[in-house]
This record gives sequence, C-alpha cells and structure tokens, in this order.
Amino acid sequence: MLTVATGNKAVAAAVKQACPSVVAAYPITPQTEIVEQIAEYVTSGELRSQYIPVESEHSAMAACIGASVTGARTFTATSSHGLHYMHEMVNWAAGARLPIVMANVNRALGPGWNIWAEHTDAFQERDTGWLQVYVGSVQEAYDATLMAFRIAEHESVLLPVMVNLDGFLLSHSMHPLETVEIGGFIPPLRLPHAIDTAHPMGYGTLTGPDQYFKLRWDIERSMRDSVGVIRETEDEFAKRFGRRYDAVEEYWCDDAEVVVVAMGTLGKEAEVAVDLLRKEGIPAGSMRIRWLRPFPRLDLSGRDVVVIDRDYSFGFGGVIARSLAATEGAKPFSVIAGLGGQEVTYDDIAGFVRSRRPGEEYWFGVMPDV
Amino acid sequence: MTDIPREEYILKCTSACAGCSDSLTLRYVLKAAGPDTVLVVPACCTSVIQGIYPNTAMNIPVYNVAFAAAAACASGMSAAFQSAGRKTNVIVYAGDGGTVDIGIQALSGAFERGTDFLYICYDNEAYGNTGMQRSGSTPAGARTTTTPAGKGQTKKDLDAIVAAHNPPYMATACASYPKDLFAKVQKALSIRGPKFIHVLSPCPPGWRYSSERSVEMGKLAVRSGMWILYEREYGKVTISGPSKAAMIKPVPLEEYLEPQGRFKGISPEARALLRSVAERNAQRLKKEEEGIC
Repeated sequence: MLTVATGNKAVAAAVKQACPSVVAAYPITPQTEIVEQIAEYVTSGELRSQYIPVESEHSAMAACIGASVTGARTFTATSSHGLHYMHEMVNWAAGARLPIVMANVNRALGPGWNIWAEHTDAFQERDTGWLQVYVGSVQEAYDATLMAFRIAEHESVLLPVMVNLDGFLLSHSMHPLETVEIGGFIPPLRLPHAIDTAHPMGYGTLTGPDQYFKLRWDIERSMRDSVGVIRETEDEFAKRFGRRYDAVEEYWCDDAEVVVVAMGTLGKEAEVAVDLLRKEGIPAGSMRIRWLRPFPRLDLSGRDVVVIDRDYSFGFGGVIARSLAATEGAKPFSVIAGLGGQEVTYDDIAGFVRSRRPGEEYWFGVMPDV
Repeated sequence: MTDIPREEYILKCTSACAGCSDSLTLRYVLKAAGPDTVLVVPACCTSVIQGIYPNTAMNIPVYNVAFAAAAACASGMSAAFQSAGRKTNVIVYAGDGGTVDIGIQALSGAFERGTDFLYICYDNEAYGNTGMQRSGSTPAGARTTTTPAGKGQTKKDLDAIVAAHNPPYMATACASYPKDLFAKVQKALSIRGPKFIHVLSPCPPGWRYSSERSVEMGKLAVRSGMWILYEREYGKVTISGPSKAAMIKPVPLEEYLEPQGRFKGISPEARALLRSVAERNAQRLKKEEEGIC
C-alpha cells in the first residue's frame, strides 16, 4: 500500500507487522513518535503486544532482555543519551545472544544539548556485538526494520540488530512509503536457549578465564555468519517485494575515479553531488555504507576516496575514514561534517570532491574552505 | 499451612560462605515457589554462590542480570509469560545494594507499573559480594570497609519506599523463622501484581560473628526489635507472632550487638540512633496494625 509517512511512523508500521510479543521503551527526542505510535497500535488492538512503559532506557533494554530470553519477539527504540543510558544492557543483550530489534534515531550527545542528527551515538556502541544498519530513506527505515527481525532471529545469527535513522532528517520527514504484505517473510522465533522451567539452566552464570573467551569467539563467529544471512535476507526481500538492498549502496561507481563514502542521509545527498559532478565532467561515484557491523568490504582500489564522517573519535579521527584506512588501505580525504545536525548540502559535498586532499582531515565549517 | 516440601532447588556444594543465611533463605523461598519458577538475580552474593559456568547449583532457571536491572528484567519476563499464557513465577532475588541503592529506580518503576512478580530483597546490610562496603541499608554504627569508624547515617527505610507504591502484598521475614518465611512466599505468590518480601540475612564474615550463630543472630535481631516481622496485605498490617512477642518482652539491644564485630566500640550516639529507629518502626507498625494512622 502506498502512503506517506515519517521515518518514525515507518519504523512503527514495520514493528506492527513484525508483531513482537513485548515492546518496552522510553521516549526521547527525536524517537518519541515511534513509541507513541506503537502505544497507539497496542491500545487500539491493531498490535497484540505487551507494551511496557518503562521508567528509563536501562530498564527498556533490561525488560527486552527478560522478555527475549523466554523466547518472545521484542522491540525497543531509543536515541543518543537514551542509547548510552542503556549501554550496559546493550552489551548484555548481545552477550546473552538475544535477537532484540532496536530502532535508534541518530542524534548528537550533550553537552550542549543538541537533538539533531549525528552518528556518534550508535558508533560508540559498535563493539557491543550488535549488528547495525543505517538507512537513507523513510522507505528503507521500514524495509530495514522488517528485515532486522528476520536477520536477528536467524539461527546462525541470534544477535540483536540496531536500525539507525538520522534524527529529524528521516525521523520527522514525510516521504512516500510503500508497505507490503509480509506473509511468512519473518518466520516464528525459535530461540534455542529460551527459558524452560522443565529443563532448568543457569543464564549468565559466573564464567571463568577458562571459558569466557569461547563465548566471545562465538559472538564473532555469528557476526561473520551474519554476512551471508544479511545477503540472503536482502535477496529474499528483493524477490518478494521488489526492493533491492546491499551492504554498500553504490552509485555511478563503475568508471568513477573518485568515490564519496558516507552513511545515512549524507550517503543519499552524496548521490545528488555525484550527478552534479558528472555534469561537470568529473567521474565521481558514491558508496553509502549501510551495515556498520558486520563492516563491509569496499572496492576502493585505484580511486581517490572522500569519506564524510558524521561522527568523530577524539584523538583518532573520523570512524569510517579510519576504518577504511585499516580495512582497505585507503588514504581518504577525511571530511568531518554534519555533526549535531550541521547542514551539509550536495553543493558542499561536490566541493569536498573538487578540492580533495587525500590523506588529510578536514572539519567542515571549522577549517578554511577547501 | 502446607508442609514444607522435601524437594531441594538449591543443591549441595554451593560456593556460599560457611553459615550464610542467604542460602537458607533461598532454600525456603524456592521450596515455597516450586519448580515452575524463574529467579532473576542481579549482581549480589547469589550471583556467586550458584557456582561457576558450565555448572550451577540451582535446580530452577536462574537469569543473572546486571546490577541495576533486575526489576526491569523481571518486568519483561513477566510480560512475555503473560503474553504466552504461562503462569511461571517470576521472582527477583536481590541483595540490599541491588535493591535500596543501584536498583531502586527499576524497583520503583516495576512496582508503579503493577508488574506481576515477587521481589525479594535479602538484606545483609552491606555490599557483601565485594567484601562488605557500606550500603544504604547498613545500620548506624556498623563498621564496614568504607565506614571503618562506623556508619554515621541510619538504615534507609526501604519498606516505607516500597509501601508508598501500595503493592497488594509486602512482608518482612528472616530465615531463622523458616515456616514464617515459607508461608509469606507462598502467600505472596498467590496474589497477582507486584509483591515484596524484605528478608534480614545475617552474614558471618560481614557482621563478624562466629559462623555457627547465623540462626541465632536472626532470632536476636527479631527479639531485640531490630528486625520486625510483619505483613502488609492490601494495606492492612499484621505483625507476625515472633515480633508480637518481642514487642511485649524484648531482649536488650546489647544481646544483639555484642556478638557482632561490626558493632565493636559503637559510640553511645550510634547506639541511641539504632534504638530510636527500632522504636519508631515498632510504634509506626503497631499504629498501622491498629488502624490509627
């Protein structure tokens, strides 16, 4: 069905169709509309879930953990400070191998208070064992949320999945949205370690130095296996519903001599910049990284690379620029732009490409124009 | 009252300290709850006494969870069981640190939301698992590793905080009175909604008394009026038998304090504080029982 929705409403619509048994969430700008909409669905009977209006995000994730370990499908949503307030439990969810799905509306961290888009909130959770996907449109927010349940609950994965959408730029923007009849796209959850009082087990029992590392390796093994599960799920989604996604969305890359790498809405903005540059005769392309974890491979060989990071790791650099330097041996022109919702247009991005200085870092709006 | 069943849900060879009354409490709690029970345990002594993965000394599912998260985790579990039409008991079993201090927000939230679960706080009046540092539940005058001169403040009134949420059932207990403890757990589990039982848990290494005296220490706490056994059912208070007797003819406070190394050299001011808190609690409960508050 074709409709018009905000990113938040699109996520809620997908959650309604995935029909989790338990939703526990705490409101935070700019995620609030997701929990309001789900509460509305539950109250009206459109969604038969137990909705737990918890008193904090730490409790939101703790409640999802308690529900999930019984074998129930669970969902929560948060943003920024909320995500960090639940950080301890974010780790716990992955360590406990629970396929919880969470929408995170990317927002900057205070101080000063800033409610606008930035990726640092979720990037700081990148080592927790969660799979993380970043979307570039309202439609993709819906599609990725549906796929997240199937991927998280797959027997080869059994890890939580975080669906990231840019605060306001997507959460509050009205775009066309085509919903689907999901049929059997998300099979029933069968959690092999679900609590069963007929077969009692200890969960999270004290684990010594002779065992703990095996559990960590097991997470990594599933993270590696998730690459294939993601591909298979995205293939199946394309086959059933006609919309195709990849770990990296390439745009005009075949003959590109310079490639812009970005995430979320900046990745979409980069495509407009590529159109502009191509008109000027500059052979540019763009790559929008969708999955931060598992981190994808990018074909950057023989090309100039401009990475736009809407994030920063202090004392180190832009997380994506530094990651690509490590994984692909890239020497990118590393642009730090869009922090705290700073406006970045396709004109700005085209400017980064025209005056790129490989190997250097450039803070947009702080350093003299390139 | 039904007989206490012979089945054991906490097996032999736990890694509890000698004379640990937490193990005794757990034993009777689980006998009362039966096998269709999940225990949610935040960081506390009970995280350790279960044993080490891949083994466990517990014969029911135990979900170990982060320190501040127990009541919230139980909220999710309770909701999921309800969604699946399962009647499984969800019991949080938490120490005083995980209850009165770091876990109190989650506890308050779960009670305010009317979560169907039982929250048991076993209270050894300090952070026992990390080697006896002060908690909000440590009484005045008690020496801990972070109050080497004795705690200057009184014990946080956890029961008053819980009572402010108007739960359908709350009680205090002590494993020195196992039948009382057993009956209270059974009654709590027969009621829908958030239930709370606060159990005094004498601790030989923490309170510094000889390990064979744990049951006696619990009895002295009750007989001296330092620990009052009662129930509050739908707001109506009933003082339990042993405490009723103690209110008529209490043993001197000194008999409770003297065997405990943690109170050695307690100042007269701290002793007076302990006495006044105990008297205030007794007066309040008596008035509540008579319905004149």
